[in-house]
Amino acid sequence: MANQNLYNYILGIADNSLVLGQRLGELCGHGPSLETDIAGTNISLDLIGQTRSYFQYAAKVSGKELTEDDIAFLRLERDYRNVLLVEQPNTHFGYVIARQYLFDVFHLLFLNELQYSKDETLSAIAKKGIKEVSYHKRFSGDWIKRLGDGTEESHEKMQEAVDDLWRYTDELFEMSEDDQQMVSEGIGVDLPKLKESYYDEVSELLSEATLEIPERKYFSYGGKNGVHTEHMGYLLADLQYMQRTYPNMQW
Amino acid sequence: MTIELHPNIDAHLIEVLETVSDPEIPVLTVLDLGVIREAVEKEGVIQIKLTPTYSGCPAMDVIGDDLKSAFAKVGKKVNVDLVLAPAWTTDWISESGKRKMEAYGIAAPLEETADKEALLGNKRIVKCPQCGSTNTHLVSQFGSTACKALFKCDDCLEPFDYFKCLK
Repeated sequence: MANQNLYNYILGIADNSLVLGQRLGELCGHGPSLETDIAGTNISLDLIGQTRSYFQYAAKVSGKELTEDDIAFLRLERDYRNVLLVEQPNTHFGYVIARQYLFDVFHLLFLNELQYSKDETLSAIAKKGIKEVSYHKRFSGDWIKRLGDGTEESHEKMQEAVDDLWRYTDELFEMSEDDQQMVSEGIGVDLPKLKESYYDEVSELLSEATLEIPERKYFSYGGKNGVHTEHMGYLLADLQYMQRTYPNMQW
Repeated sequence: MTIELHPNIDAHLIEVLETVSDPEIPVLTVLDLGVIREAVEKEGVIQIKLTPTYSGCPAMDVIGDDLKSAFAKVGKKVNVDLVLAPAWTTDWISESGKRKMEAYGIAAPLEETADKEALLGNKRIVKCPQCGSTNTHLVSQFGSTACKALFKCDDCLEPFDYFKCLK
């Protein structure tokens, strides 16, 4: 392949959106209220839309006869490069919101940098995405505040979700070989640089929501190298079901 | 009738383009919506650059197909390219488009700062397309399609869609 690093890099970004989009899609018809149900699927739609743009570009970069669907549906678990945070299950609505907010803050900081990429296509996708992700963050941040500073029960559940998912936040700033190569070419985003702003912003909102900021020293990593949590296999079984059962099926 | 300027669109193509509408807001043509960034005829083939309103907007595939069939009726072939940059903004919706939207029952996008105030529920400024009152409140930040939020009028009590400002 002409540019394996770029191909892997695009997939790394796209897989985060794909997997989170799939998780939110699972909420369709199951949201706790009609408004949150619609919100979840709307955000999912934005994320899957972004994923399509990335995959279409990756297919072009690959130089092979690939389509966006091949990339989405026909890879094995170890080939997905998404961070562990986005594959965590919809345990309860507090988890859905915590996962969303912890990712949205990162996602926006990331796209804000990616828009200055030397790669014109990535820059264009990022600029489009910024508008959408700002809105996602407004939604998830509002809910963190509402539940954190809500009733005793909602506070407890929100805190539980934040505590549980906190262990997956440090991986957002982990640099893979592809990340490093792309940064050196002026295409990729230097992730560790986003870390301080990320934790500052998240901590400020958690405090506003009367939630404790977790003091965890140990974090989980692996997603960016294809080593996922046990939840990923089940997620892919759903995601890939049609293509695996009816190979080459088309709409 | 106001004359709208489409600098990158060949004048003789406008008549056909005006027959293609947004499948989700059928009163708006693709020209009203501002999603056609370029349409030129080269060696008998029409080259169209289409930009999505939102990344995942499912209407884009339909619009692409509708453009092809509309031009097929006049015996012309079309190539549709999806372009992402510059990103679409609600500023590109034409004035007549905004009026048609209001008449159809969707509140047209406000300016950026006003939009933020409205969507955060801070100010009651979105005008009800049914009775014209601004005594309205936000029901849901997300609505029936990616581009809309749901509001309710506290005077005539009708729920309605508000087309979110995107910049």
